[in-house]
Amino acid sequence: MDDALLIHRLHFGFTAAFHYIFPQLTMGLALLIVIFKALAIKRRDEFFNRSAKFWAKIFAVNFAMGVVTGIPMEFQFGTNWARFSTFAGGVIGQTLAMEGTFAFFLESSFLGLFIFGEKKLGQAGHFFAGLMVFLGSWLSAYFIVATNAWMQHPVAYTMGAGGNVHLTSFWGLLLNPWILWQYTHTMAGSVVTASFVMAAVGAYYLLAKRNTEAGMLYTRTGVLAGLVSSVLIAFPTGDMNVKNVVQHQPATLAAMEGLFKTEEGAPLVIIGQPDMERLRLDNPIHIPKMLSFLTYNRWNAEVRGLDAFPREDWPDNIPLLYYSYHIMVGLGTMFIAVTLAGTFLLWRKKLFGARPLLWVLMLAFPFPFIANTAGWMTAELGRQPWLVYNLLRTADGTSTMVSAGNGLFTLLGFLGIYFLIGVLFLFLVIRLINRGPDDAGTSPVHA
Amino acid sequence: MEILWFSIVAFMITIYVILDGFDIGAGIIHLFIAKTDTERRAILNAIGPVWDGNEVWLVAAAGTLYFAFPLLYASSFSGFYLPLMIVLWLLIMRALGIEFRHQLHHPLWKSFWDTVFSAGSILLSVFLGAALGNVIRGVPLQEDGYFFAPLWTSFTVQPEAGILDWFTVIMGLVGLFALTVHGSNFIAVKTGGNLQKRARATARVAWWGMLLTSIAALFSVNAIRPQIWSNYTTHPWGWIFPLLGISGLAGSFLFAAKGRDTLAFAGSALFIAGMLGATAFGLYPNVLPSSADPVRSLTVYNTITGEYGLSVGLIWWTIGILMASGYFIFLFRSFRGKVVVPAEGEGY
Repeated sequence: MDDALLIHRLHFGFTAAFHYIFPQLTMGLALLIVIFKALAIKRRDEFFNRSAKFWAKIFAVNFAMGVVTGIPMEFQFGTNWARFSTFAGGVIGQTLAMEGTFAFFLESSFLGLFIFGEKKLGQAGHFFAGLMVFLGSWLSAYFIVATNAWMQHPVAYTMGAGGNVHLTSFWGLLLNPWILWQYTHTMAGSVVTASFVMAAVGAYYLLAKRNTEAGMLYTRTGVLAGLVSSVLIAFPTGDMNVKNVVQHQPATLAAMEGLFKTEEGAPLVIIGQPDMERLRLDNPIHIPKMLSFLTYNRWNAEVRGLDAFPREDWPDNIPLLYYSYHIMVGLGTMFIAVTLAGTFLLWRKKLFGARPLLWVLMLAFPFPFIANTAGWMTAELGRQPWLVYNLLRTADGTSTMVSAGNGLFTLLGFLGIYFLIGVLFLFLVIRLINRGPDDAGTSPVHA
Repeated sequence: MEILWFSIVAFMITIYVILDGFDIGAGIIHLFIAKTDTERRAILNAIGPVWDGNEVWLVAAAGTLYFAFPLLYASSFSGFYLPLMIVLWLLIMRALGIEFRHQLHHPLWKSFWDTVFSAGSILLSVFLGAALGNVIRGVPLQEDGYFFAPLWTSFTVQPEAGILDWFTVIMGLVGLFALTVHGSNFIAVKTGGNLQKRARATARVAWWGMLLTSIAALFSVNAIRPQIWSNYTTHPWGWIFPLLGISGLAGSFLFAAKGRDTLAFAGSALFIAGMLGATAFGLYPNVLPSSADPVRSLTVYNTITGEYGLSVGLIWWTIGILMASGYFIFLFRSFRGKVVVPAEGEGY
């Protein structure tokens, strides 16, 4: 891989991974905040309203980070991936422009109203503003997933005279069959993150014996919403995504699963390190025939391994792809186990005193972020060596005019700025959590 | 279709400059006219609920450019790689200046973000002006439609010029003064007392800077891109744009002198719209002129995407912009009138 290509990939990969820390929390949190606000109005309970406002403050800091790190994403299609943009702009320009027009205007307009307009809008208006922020952020995700889905599974296009694609069907693009499961999977993953963050804050309050009422509400909400969303990321959404990969990106499936040779009754690998020099898995632990069953619902079905595909069509970083996928799946399984245990104790009315599980909940919140990132890496690394599957190779999508040196300059610049604002962000969020919901915005507090 | 989409993109960029222009302008004067914490919070609360929505016009305009003229988007964004990355960094730091400042009530924390916010706004206004200058001057396009411009070469206007040369620096100063006037007018509308007096005084002084740099820019454009007048000869109705700009310029001065702040603000908005409209009208059908061989210029014709995408785009774009206008009217009405500085710990 030449230097410039590597720099452009790192540039996009790093800024995208950092950006996605924030929207994955805000999208899920928007849903939970709207629920709190609805309960506050329905039950006329100021406690729920305070909770909604407390989480809205954490939401606002995350949202600001999401906005400022999101603008570079749209710019980088042009700055670092000019040949890709020229090639594909006629199609995915549609979804990206729609994201700005339909989603960003909606959420940015109503966020100001939601955060600062409670007195002006009244309770119903305040709820409505929150609902619009939720709608805007979930709509935004839809357009982004639609863009990515087109890169994974190009539809509704025709090749124009200059070798660039043109759109042929608006609804074909927006209802790309790839979108349904990728979108629901992504959104369920976002709710997992928000649930675990909420449960972690709740568990912290309970363990620290402070803000107990809020602690119980957040733990309960986090555990229940976490259970529902964790189950949804596995089944049906995760399962159906794999089935899409089986059908449309068979080489990707082989690489994800670490299956080097075509086999009937292929095993499902749990542990093992891909050895690209010898083309095998080292010290594998696997469940016999399970992969065949999961992909084709038949124990002895043949699953094509990497040997069935020409080497130039293999994903170019198979170990990283394999690890990303296994980390995602492994963590997802643990989310189900933890939230199931929490729900069981909740049902037995023992959760709020179960210190070991509260410790686990308090410390588990980073893992959904890791799992979501690993999931995106699986999708993006799995698509390699293609930028647009079977249409445009990644190596042919870069900006030829931007040298590796200039790319490295701005990559280092982003590393520096993101490190700085990342530290400040953590400081602010920890401080907000430490202040707690009971004095959120009600009285002046001096540091 | 080409004319229509060219106009739509030009319209969106103009709206962006007018809207984000006033909050960038507020940032330019933030350190200089707001002395106390309450005054600074008045400025931040005046723009706080709307700056993010204003900036969405940039994202939406870039997205629209991307889908209607993919090659133009790809060529200009990769060619202007360095200045765009710097603009992104400035946008990031400036936005966090607004959003992070009120999170912690400590004087050093606030001073830091005030400075970041103001410095970011000043540099952004210069870059926006210089960006326009680059589009007027042209860039060294290759046969395949791509180019790369370093930040500067020799500061002379020549085919291989960098982003900054004497002409684009003049344009950068136009940007700085125009947005200073525009932002000061906005703050004069939204505040009262001493802050309002200082905002009016700043607008008055900066107006002369805006006038002088605009005249300098006009003569420079005439010297380096005289072709810009040819559309005006063939289609004289285009003079409406410069005339609107000049009346905005005059209006901004006259109304400010009478203390009619809202009309003065409308004047500076009209000036921005008129001048951007005049530039777009003069450049058409070029969208990125070549500084060397005119045959290589990117035009609306050689960068536009397929017919079908443009027709469906027209439908959703119209719906989307009507909805967005609705939100904006609602948003600005909700926060209309003089800004009230909320208690410490609330608002910005």
